[in-house]
Amino acid sequence: MMAFILILILLALMIAASVYAVRQKDLLYAVIATGIISLVLSILFYLLQAPDVALTEAAIGVALTTIIFVITIRNTVRMEDESDKNKNIKSAAK
Amino acid sequence: MMTYIIYIAFSLMALGMIMSAIRFVKGPTAGDRVVALDTLTTIGVSALVLLAFVFQRFIYVDVALVYAVLGFIGVIVIARYLEGAL
Amino acid sequence: MSIMEIIAGILIIIGSIFLFLGALGIYRMPDIYNRLQAGTKATTLGAMSLILGVGFLEPTWMLKSLVLIIFIAYSNPISSHALARATYRRGHYPLILSDDKENMDAYQEVVPHEKEKEEKI
Repeated sequence: MMAFILILILLALMIAASVYAVRQKDLLYAVIATGIISLVLSILFYLLQAPDVALTEAAIGVALTTIIFVITIRNTVRMEDESDKNKNIKSAAK
Repeated sequence: MMTYIIYIAFSLMALGMIMSAIRFVKGPTAGDRVVALDTLTTIGVSALVLLAFVFQRFIYVDVALVYAVLGFIGVIVIARYLEGAL
Repeated sequence: MSIMEIIAGILIIIGSIFLFLGALGIYRMPDIYNRLQAGTKATTLGAMSLILGVGFLEPTWMLKSLVLIIFIAYSNPISSHALARATYRRGHYPLILSDDKENMDAYQEVVPHEKEKEEKI
């Protein structure tokens, strides 16, 4: 019963962080939300008795993904642009 | 007796995770959100160690060890980016 | 209950209470520096106490618990220091109640102190 409530809280936290990361216009905040998703996903793998997967998820999700995304944001733009997205949709429609 | 102590500890840690998540959503600047991520990482490491005791597996502590070693690298990279020195 | 279990139970309860208080400080403090203070120091003490409690509970795990405590004790202050310095250099100064902002800031000669900018941090 206790593990069930804990899994429910962790799942709610992970879904909320995922929705936040998708809908956020500032890409740096989305990267931080990705870190939260990785942490909660690692604890969930751990609760499902798969410590090797949790180990890999911890090593890749926390360190490598954050570093690569932050370097990408440094080399491009930080704020997501609405007009840019419309341009992509228009160019794809042609 | 030990069972109740572990229940109380998990309840307090779950409340702490929810409060940090609320601060992550509300926080006005990027620094507040990174602080919330750091607190979530520390609470998560503690929860992993306590879960290793609940499952009675010695090898499960290694996951918490990897998290404690690697968890602060992301915070440092974001801080260097905010500082403009990356 | 043996004496080791009593010590371990007290340490685990103290650690979880400090973790909860750190998260409560994250939620309620007004400023980013206060949030750093509450969210890093209190959770460091809480995590160290809880891991030491688990080490007392299972005496064969004690060596790995001590290694974990050492890693937490060096990694948490490094991250909080880097974050506080980055926030200060972005021009987000501490929230103080007095009007005498020039004399209250001790790091003026290190970092050039401009007036408070209303920029997105």
